[in-house]
Amino acid sequence: MGDNSTMILNMGPQHPSTHGVLRVILELDGEVVVKATPDIGFLHRGLEKLAESKTYHQCIPLTDRLDYVAGMSNNLAYVLAVEKLLGLEVPPRAQALRVLLSELQRISSHLLWLGTHAHDIGAMTPLFYAMRERDEILFLFERVCGSRLTPSYLRVGGLAQDLPEGFEEKCREFTQTFNAHVDEYETLLTRNQIWMNRTQGVGVISTEEAINWGLTGPNLRASNGNWDLRKAFPYSGYEKYEFVVPTGKNGDVYDRYMVRMMEMRQSNEIVRQVLDKMPGGPVIAQDPKVIYPPKDRVQESIESLIHHFHLASAGFPAPAGEVYASIESPKGELGFYLVSDGTNRPWRFRVRPPSFVNLSALAVMVQGRLISDVVAVIGSIDIVLAEIDR
Amino acid sequence: MDLTAVVDRIKKEIPQSILGVSAFREETTLEIRAEDLLSLCRFLHDDPEMAFDFLIDLCGVDNLPREPRFQVVYHLCSTKTRLRLRLKVSLPGKNPKIASVFPVWKAADWLEREAFDMYGITFTGHPDLRRILLTPDWQGHPLRKDYPLRG
Repeated sequence: MGDNSTMILNMGPQHPSTHGVLRVILELDGEVVVKATPDIGFLHRGLEKLAESKTYHQCIPLTDRLDYVAGMSNNLAYVLAVEKLLGLEVPPRAQALRVLLSELQRISSHLLWLGTHAHDIGAMTPLFYAMRERDEILFLFERVCGSRLTPSYLRVGGLAQDLPEGFEEKCREFTQTFNAHVDEYETLLTRNQIWMNRTQGVGVISTEEAINWGLTGPNLRASNGNWDLRKAFPYSGYEKYEFVVPTGKNGDVYDRYMVRMMEMRQSNEIVRQVLDKMPGGPVIAQDPKVIYPPKDRVQESIESLIHHFHLASAGFPAPAGEVYASIESPKGELGFYLVSDGTNRPWRFRVRPPSFVNLSALAVMVQGRLISDVVAVIGSIDIVLAEIDR
Repeated sequence: MDLTAVVDRIKKEIPQSILGVSAFREETTLEIRAEDLLSLCRFLHDDPEMAFDFLIDLCGVDNLPREPRFQVVYHLCSTKTRLRLRLKVSLPGKNPKIASVFPVWKAADWLEREAFDMYGITFTGHPDLRRILLTPDWQGHPLRKDYPLRG
């Protein structure tokens, strides 16, 4: 008996449901997936190599372009790593603002995930609602740093500059209406029979398997893995805020959906707490070897001008050594491993990409399921190819 | 359980594996002998006190012109003890080979493929060691220091 019973079907790299340039080679027996092999690298830009020829400050815009739907989170993970390497303390106001922006970023990323994931499965309405709220957040980011998607707003030692006038008020307005909007999204999907049939029991992965495959973020939490870096290894002052980490029981697509919906509500809560507890003070550390002098001084004093010039052209040297710093990004554990040789450029700039590791478990999740389940599972993992391929 | 206790346990069980211990910015790094890597990883994963269930990251580092040229760096994490540990294995520049830790953590699958793709380090025992980010016919290993940066 020849084994010509399976068919190879190519999905992607151009495909509306693969969320970027992802190719999945499906070996099918009828419509059942016997083996799914992802093929990545279409968006590989050599970011890690590029960073080796840039100063630590110049690497910040590179990090924006990793997970481009969560620029602030990428900035944060990177500057935390550099600050750890330098042993630099960040002032409390900068830490609070970093938390605020990271949580707004988490909401924005999850909204994009919601719209596109629901759209893939066939529910086209949530996309428009989610984009409406996401646009409000992007307008907030534009107020703060001039850019919607590539902020480059965080600096080694704090932030580029303080919040503009009117930001806190606009942000508070957003938090007041956001919960009601999440209720709207839930009325469309959570008890929708079609949604439940397409997502419940699909793409199941157990807790032990999830941990073994390195899954982090909502994917792990949906598989009953109570693990969130904001609670396990708090950074940037997260321990000051009260929030719940939602988990799911079954580890299927539906649970990943529920976990992210609840996370959006929790992020809204955190943003509100940060606004209430916001400390005053500087938004950047006082370390002349690393931090630029204030711009008005640069325009008046020759020493400040020279100082600024030196930092802009040569950057600052970091002590020789290596560090690993990571955050709970919307996709999972985003980490930076920096090796310094004592000069002003990183010797090794390694990004630990959550989407890359999360996607590697795809083959396990879709084994024995239908093609339409592949679409649902890819959406539920929440990948950004720019982070996978770098 | 803290990291000094972890290191002490390793020194008791597989003493010859540790070539060096260093600490920097409250992180502990262990230099491991290449031959003992797989058994050490099995121990760190399976032992109920160690419980390093997470392979967070696996990457290569090129230290040209120093010899040994390559290092493979493993970042481990334990959800039970909330500890992080870094293991480093040094490999020669000519024909760098190290055991694959895929039998212990499946997360190593794609991570090792990337280290192979970017550095040319061979992971023996890996189920499917081939390029992952670059095309299969690519020549050279881009993250090596003697590979040019070009557009």
